[in-house]
Amino acid sequence: MNMAPLPLITDENRYFWQSGREGVLRIMRCEDCGWWIHQPEPVCPVCLSEHVSPNATAGLGTVEGFTVNHQQWVPNLDVPYVIAIVELDEQVGLRVMTRLVGVDAATAAAGGVQVGLRVEVEFEQRDDVWLPLFRPVAPVSASLEQAGEAS
Amino acid sequence: MSTTRVGERQAVISGVGQSQIGRKLGRSGVSLTVEAVTEALADAGLDRSDIDGVSTYPGMAPSPPGMSPHGVRDLKEAMGLELDWFSGGGEVPGQLGALFNAVAAVVTGLASHVVVFRTVTESSSQTAERRASVTGSGDGRLTGALQWYPPFGAMSASNWIALYAQRYMHDFGLTREQLAQIPITCRTNAALNPKAIFTEPLTLGAYLSARMISWPLCLFDCDVPADGSTAIIVSHESLVASLRKPPVRIEAIGSALHGRDSWDQRADLTTMACHDAAPMMWSRTDLKPADVDTAQLYDGFSFICLQWLEACGFFPKGEAGAFLAGGERISRSGELPLNTNGGQLSGGRMHGYGYVHEACRQLWGEAGQRQIAGAEVAVAAAGGGPIGGCILLTTSR
Repeated sequence: MNMAPLPLITDENRYFWQSGREGVLRIMRCEDCGWWIHQPEPVCPVCLSEHVSPNATAGLGTVEGFTVNHQQWVPNLDVPYVIAIVELDEQVGLRVMTRLVGVDAATAAAGGVQVGLRVEVEFEQRDDVWLPLFRPVAPVSASLEQAGEAS
Repeated sequence: MSTTRVGERQAVISGVGQSQIGRKLGRSGVSLTVEAVTEALADAGLDRSDIDGVSTYPGMAPSPPGMSPHGVRDLKEAMGLELDWFSGGGEVPGQLGALFNAVAAVVTGLASHVVVFRTVTESSSQTAERRASVTGSGDGRLTGALQWYPPFGAMSASNWIALYAQRYMHDFGLTREQLAQIPITCRTNAALNPKAIFTEPLTLGAYLSARMISWPLCLFDCDVPADGSTAIIVSHESLVASLRKPPVRIEAIGSALHGRDSWDQRADLTTMACHDAAPMMWSRTDLKPADVDTAQLYDGFSFICLQWLEACGFFPKGEAGAFLAGGERISRSGELPLNTNGGQLSGGRMHGYGYVHEACRQLWGEAGQRQIAGAEVAVAAAGGGPIGGCILLTTSR
């Protein structure tokens, strides 16, 4: 059982933590200049417009860095597991921290997970929160091959 | 570009002090603080009636337990200080932000002699089966900037730093054997520090077989929570004649944060706030990295120390592995003796202020068995991720 702490849902963050209810990952975006804003601000940091609102993403991205957590920080934490920073396709540098699913934590460090791995969002509901987790878009070996060809 | 005004040179460090340091000391934080301040006063040749300012980081915080049990008020009331200026808070350029604030206060004339202190009782607090280092381990839900990481199991700074370390290894070929030279060097130095917590030699084999915390960081890449207090007295240069000994000079401060204030949004995931702060420091002095005789750089995690070494320009970007390999360069007999008191990895987590204390002791020639002969220029730095600040110190030359 994964007992990592959950966010307090507010009017400001509901769009992110509950968008998975509809199977969609939403990120704040400036409606005037199109800049994606994460972590969210009520004002666009590029054009200073206050016309910002949550927009659906394609839920696709690339692993930019990862770690395999082995430490039992709190009771009832299933270790090991893979934490990653995923850059979303929508914008260079638009990232979310997440947990990877569909990967083997035991072999992740030895090449099972790599920078460049293509992943897609998948939601895990806990109470009133839909955690946006990410899974390789294809079997890991094929996905890494793809990433290698792309780079 | 306008001419840089380097006002920090009007401030000096007149004395330093440090309490007993240890695991589960069971002493109150106030007691430790008064011990450190009393030693610093004696070191500077000042009386507590001379102190008209207090600065501390991050101010009194009830949570996490033991991380900052005391603020300005506690020291003021315990020692009966009459203050013209004081400051305590966490929204500053890293742990050393309280030191930078003290410098600003004496340069503006709001105070003459400011006590800067940092007190931790994290080790004793852990006896209550609570950890200061785990975010969101309380009963409540997460709010604000820290809501974005723990829900995915990234509950500790070790996880956040490990993400940067993995990316650096991927991009530049750094190996665990090379990174290991930082904790191994710190452990070797700690053997010469009577206050250090871990003093048994650390071998590469022991490092490589240690249990993983958050790959690629193992147990020995993480510092050790401790109880203790450090005090630094900042005085105005015009008051040097009233001091017991020639003060340590402040050559330059680096306090910049240009990148995103976030653990995962910085444009280059192989750099941290230190890559903003250290260049600012060098822009305020004619001294160069090659002039540094000893470096006291934040090692809350070994990889942060590597980042500070790189940010300070001791090697070109990406070349940490070659610089650290074998450990000779950062040893006490090498070109850049690093964390000569054992750092936080082996000395104990004094949360930034141990580095300033050690830098000053080295510049005063008071570091005992671990003294670096002829040390005249030292850099001290604290903070990792979006947190960072550094200071270049010299002898009174």
